[in-house]
Amino acid sequence: MELSRILTQALAELIAPTTAAIALAAIGLNLHFGFTGLLNMGQAGFMLLGAYGFGIATMSGAPFWLALVISMATGALFAFILGLPTLQLRGDYLAIVTISAAEIIRMLGRATVFQEWTGGAAGLTGGSFKATFQELSFLPAAPERGSFGPLEYVFTGSDSWWTRLFAWGVVLIAVLFVWLLTRSPWGRVLKGIREDEDAVRALGKNVFSYKMQALVLGGMCGSLAGMLYVLPRSIAPDSMGRSLTFFVWTVLLLGGAATLFGPVLGSMLFYAVYMLVRAGMREGLDGVVSSTMVEQIGGLLVGVALMLLVIFRPQGILGNKKELAFDVR
Amino acid sequence: MTADRPNLATAARRLLATLAAVAFPAVIAAAPAMAASAPDAECTPDASTACVVAIVLDEDNNPVPDVGVTIAGAGFEVDVTTTDQGPASVEVPQVGAYTLTLDEATVPDGLFPDATERQVTAQRGIAARAAFNLGTTPPEDAEPTDGATSAPADGETEGSEPTDAASDGTAPVGEGLGGADTTTRGGPSFAQIWQQFGSGIRFGLLLALASVGISLIYGTTGLSSFSHGEQVTLGAMFGFIGINWLNLPVWLTVILVIIVCAATGWLQDVGIWAPLRRRGTPVTQMMIVTIGLALALQYAIQMVIGGRSLRVLPENPKPLEIAGITLSTVSWLSMVVAVVVILFIAWFLTRTRIGRATRAVSDNPALASATGINPDRIIRIVWIMSAGFAGLAGMLLAISFGSFNWSLGMLLLLLMFAAVTLGGLGTAFGALLGSLVIGLVVEMSTLIPGMPSDLRYASALVILILVLLLRPQGLLGRAERIG
Repeated sequence: MELSRILTQALAELIAPTTAAIALAAIGLNLHFGFTGLLNMGQAGFMLLGAYGFGIATMSGAPFWLALVISMATGALFAFILGLPTLQLRGDYLAIVTISAAEIIRMLGRATVFQEWTGGAAGLTGGSFKATFQELSFLPAAPERGSFGPLEYVFTGSDSWWTRLFAWGVVLIAVLFVWLLTRSPWGRVLKGIREDEDAVRALGKNVFSYKMQALVLGGMCGSLAGMLYVLPRSIAPDSMGRSLTFFVWTVLLLGGAATLFGPVLGSMLFYAVYMLVRAGMREGLDGVVSSTMVEQIGGLLVGVALMLLVIFRPQGILGNKKELAFDVR
Repeated sequence: MTADRPNLATAARRLLATLAAVAFPAVIAAAPAMAASAPDAECTPDASTACVVAIVLDEDNNPVPDVGVTIAGAGFEVDVTTTDQGPASVEVPQVGAYTLTLDEATVPDGLFPDATERQVTAQRGIAARAAFNLGTTPPEDAEPTDGATSAPADGETEGSEPTDAASDGTAPVGEGLGGADTTTRGGPSFAQIWQQFGSGIRFGLLLALASVGISLIYGTTGLSSFSHGEQVTLGAMFGFIGINWLNLPVWLTVILVIIVCAATGWLQDVGIWAPLRRRGTPVTQMMIVTIGLALALQYAIQMVIGGRSLRVLPENPKPLEIAGITLSTVSWLSMVVAVVVILFIAWFLTRTRIGRATRAVSDNPALASATGINPDRIIRIVWIMSAGFAGLAGMLLAISFGSFNWSLGMLLLLLMFAAVTLGGLGTAFGALLGSLVIGLVVEMSTLIPGMPSDLRYASALVILILVLLLRPQGLLGRAERIG
């Protein structure tokens, strides 16, 4: 039955590691945009850096947790460098610099100069950096498979239960972390900056410093998300370009910016529907459109959906329209 | 533009990288070598064409025929076969790194290649050569070598024995095949600097045409339009469609591209931006709408033209030297068109009623509307003009660079933002000035010894960050604009 296969594919997307990775990236973006009002248009750059940080550290012999820390540190450093010149200026300067910097990171990854480390345009193959992660698994080793409902994966491997468990575990921790942060006095200052920067400044708070902290924390989420994103695949710079950033934005705005569960709900819903639409097109329009065409139509629809979402329901599914900062800071 | 750039090569590896200089006969009638088509097309490098040449030589440095070599790079792969006439050359769609892999099955019996894989960096105006030497004894160390060579873009490329060799004097350079070994390891010569200066001016002028729109839109509406890059790609795409699919003459296509692209600007303003303005939508929200639009346009463009690199003009460009700078004839024409249009924009903004009203709206919309200017009408004109100029710039860029693909605008967006920030966000003349600077810096940064050409666009980001640190209002902006 074709329909059940399509539905199973969509169901699989709900818990896919990629969905978790994008949810985490959107959580980071939520810290930037939803809570602080910072326009980060280069989340894919953070992700790519995090992926390289993890991959290259692992290939140089670093143990898993050290590589994880290095991955997050690259995101923090990147955020700091980008924040320094832009956070004292109006909001769109940050947007311009982040979108440019993310593109440059991708170019540097592709460049022949760093080929020894980044693998150039071809990237780093999965096998070269995943061993330490898979050794960590407490689930049965590779050939063992486990099924849950209609979904069946190996326990330990690239596209495995272990990857899913780990990725969603990280997302859970991040949600908890954001929950604690945003209900702390620190989080209230962030929301204050989003609403009225001058008022917060009048209270004697160092706005620049708070913005920088939010940018760095969100950037670390982003780079960690990049690491999760490459766990079931290879590190390919071209798959982590501008489109990925825009997908993360769509996910965040779909779920609802400035909400706790918005990014997670947005990511699950986005990828399930995205898969449903593409698999539906592949089945329903088989012979009419090629598989590349299906991807392109899918991307086109995401763009249109993003526009409609922002115009007609900027608060997303869970958001509160009053709480959304759409004023340039 | 140094001749050899074996970045990672150690001295021992460089010994292997014996790259013979070859003067191959001028081949004018080159078929349009698009991605994965016309595998045996000869390629003539000029200012807008990048060639990769595979050379297979025997011990006496004579060409070995019928050896298969695979040339692969970013999204491009082609198989070539050498002939006894000499090397196999192929035009590659974009500059960057290419890997040449020798098909060992086609190597004649009794001969052993010194390496089966070589890396070259293709650049415009240059034939990037990689030579495989076949010896009668198996080499003791046959690891792949980085033998990236390139000759200066000296215009008379085909006639004048473009020489490049990365030999350290240990291997004989093929005298029967090429000229002297002029390894330029030192700094760039004046001629090279002058040539890159010309390329920089060309790029700057075309970039100015594209970025003046971003600046006008920002000035009148406060919106940083992220979909402006795709507007540029649209121009290139319509130019390609007009010339190649509809077989229209070039001049007519240029006019049609401006009209069609201006129409897309009008359509956008009528359909999206004017209603949003009427609703009082905050600028940030509109900025995210431009992101969605950019994404949708990007995929729509991919649906029409696919992922390949395309040539707008089917015939190979002819080089033309003016004042010591060699660019293709169409590049010179593009520059003339760009200058004329830029002068028109300057005249329009300073001398006409609508132009002055535009600047008034940029300065202070409230005050402008108080003096009887209708800002909505002005903004519509700005959208139409911006899209039209962006489309023209896209087509001219695609013509000047020889080929384009769907990601043209994505790359340019970054340079346009750098340019308008450098000049001062919202100031039209700042955008012109900033674009010229960015164009020059991007093209001339390739002269820095050891600077890989695929990183030249990163210099724009460095400028962007420096400007924001040191003078965030830009060269021509005013301090209060930055908020």
